[in-house]
Amino acid sequence: MIEVDVRLRAGAFSLDVAFANGAGVTALFGQSGSGKSLTLSIIAGLIKPDEGYVRLDGDALVDVERNVFVPVSRRRVGLVFQDSNLFPHLSVKQNLLYGRWFAPRGERRIEFDAVVETLGIAKLVSRSPTGLSGGERQRVAIGRALLSCPRLLLLDEPLAALDIPRKLEILPLIERIRDEFDVPIVYVSHAVEEAARLASSVVVMDGGRVKFVGDPADAFNRLANSPATNRFDRSSVLTASIDEVSALYGLTKLRHPSGTIWIEGSAGRPGGVARVIVNATDVVLSLLPPQEISARSVLWGKVANIQFEGPIATIEIELTDDGPLLATITRGALEDLSLKEGSQVYALFKTAALDERSIGVANA
Amino acid sequence: MHDFLSAALVELSPAEWTAIWLSLRIATVATLASLPFGIVTAYALARCQFPGKTLVNGIVHLPLVLPPVVTGFVLLMLLGRKGVFGPSLAQIGIVFSFRWTGAAVACAVMGFPLMVRAMRLSFEAIDRRMELASETLGANRLWTFLLVNLPLAVPGIIVGAILAFAKALGEFGATITFVSNIPGETQTISAAIYSYTQVPGGDESAMRLTIVSIFIALFALTASEIVQWRAMKRLGRGQ
Repeated sequence: MIEVDVRLRAGAFSLDVAFANGAGVTALFGQSGSGKSLTLSIIAGLIKPDEGYVRLDGDALVDVERNVFVPVSRRRVGLVFQDSNLFPHLSVKQNLLYGRWFAPRGERRIEFDAVVETLGIAKLVSRSPTGLSGGERQRVAIGRALLSCPRLLLLDEPLAALDIPRKLEILPLIERIRDEFDVPIVYVSHAVEEAARLASSVVVMDGGRVKFVGDPADAFNRLANSPATNRFDRSSVLTASIDEVSALYGLTKLRHPSGTIWIEGSAGRPGGVARVIVNATDVVLSLLPPQEISARSVLWGKVANIQFEGPIATIEIELTDDGPLLATITRGALEDLSLKEGSQVYALFKTAALDERSIGVANA
Repeated sequence: MHDFLSAALVELSPAEWTAIWLSLRIATVATLASLPFGIVTAYALARCQFPGKTLVNGIVHLPLVLPPVVTGFVLLMLLGRKGVFGPSLAQIGIVFSFRWTGAAVACAVMGFPLMVRAMRLSFEAIDRRMELASETLGANRLWTFLLVNLPLAVPGIIVGAILAFAKALGEFGATITFVSNIPGETQTISAAIYSYTQVPGGDESAMRLTIVSIFIALFALTASEIVQWRAMKRLGRGQ
């Protein structure tokens, strides 16, 4: 359980953040300059707030009113930066064991072999960190933080410096860490896909303030509705149960209360829950049940809201038991279909348009 | 060249050998003894905020800008037999004046600014996030210093030590002012060369010592290059 309620003034910028989350991943989401990294620095103990407290399982890490400030080295909070900051004078193995050596003997519950196995870095152990690729370095950095047996893991945009294939390699590893090692994680990101995929709770920040705290799907649907969001960044998060995995085509069928979604690959076992992020620009609307068309994912819903932006209209479609789905179409198409609030429509999107980053297995 | 060198070495008189060994001993002791102080001072100047930092920085650099004779005279006033601290040090058995240990003190003081400058740059070049990483992994400031800052600063520490050693070998003004020019006790190569040039027929001895000091300098520089290259390679910065 992490509880944060802090205020800090730094020049013209003022930070006022409060949120709490239990197990799993808390995503601190916001644009650069929103104060998310500053919040992380306060949790880690790199910066002292002017007022407020940070508590971990009820123990104060910092509490200005009660004059408590636990120094960084005694917080037992693992921090992974954007650039991995491995110690160049130590081997990968020595890097990994660095924090473990300082962890109290009775609390070294995370085992070296398990971490090395999970992160797939067994072959790197005897090497020097200077020869590693960006993705490898970041895996070692995550392993190093994890092996210090922290009470909380802080990940500060750990994937930001990596290219997309590398991100796709590491995201599932962070998911596995979340599920296997039982360490609460605070994950700072400005990437919707990462936060939605990993988090059990999302804290949306803007200008040093918390705009929203709650379920990732709600957070992103709310964000997507904001007029400030560029239409290419608008997306919806859908939650669906895994129905069957088709090994023949390498596809997975998801059952959504409003229809069916097909995704690439195998997202998990049947019965599990998957999250899918759909870009508003990838959605096609139809008044008739689609036939003889290649788009496989079809959801049935009701137009709840229409917003115009020049020749472009963003349509919010209300689904059964889930957040709304956004579709961006042209004004011409809107009028041809005579769509208005209350119209029933079929929303279609291409399986091939969903890249791996947009599909995640939600933690139950 | 080789024959010339061996001829020069064969012909070295016992007095010249004494000056050479004394120089090496004084320079080595001066460097090793000032090394811990140099490292701590350099780290403090690079990383710590404390009152009087500018003053400390100024005092450390003073021997670099003062005439060496002035530094020698200040040492005489502080540590000499009739100096401020001299008598009380003498009571506990520490005497510097007219001893080779005094020459080592003079050399250490003169080499200190060079040593600290090189090490300070090396400490400042360390990415702060490396230290933060260490602290978040549970290491306090002292452990972080020992396990991260110190090893990462090794190339700079070596450079600082070599500079101090070279300065100590060549030191003349402060040493001769503080502990005079006593053969076998405080007469280093530099002082010996100076003495030989002052007596008739001393040119040959001066020449031989000059050649020897050139070779010591070349040897020390080469050794430092090799050690530094290996340290850099270990840190992954070498070619």
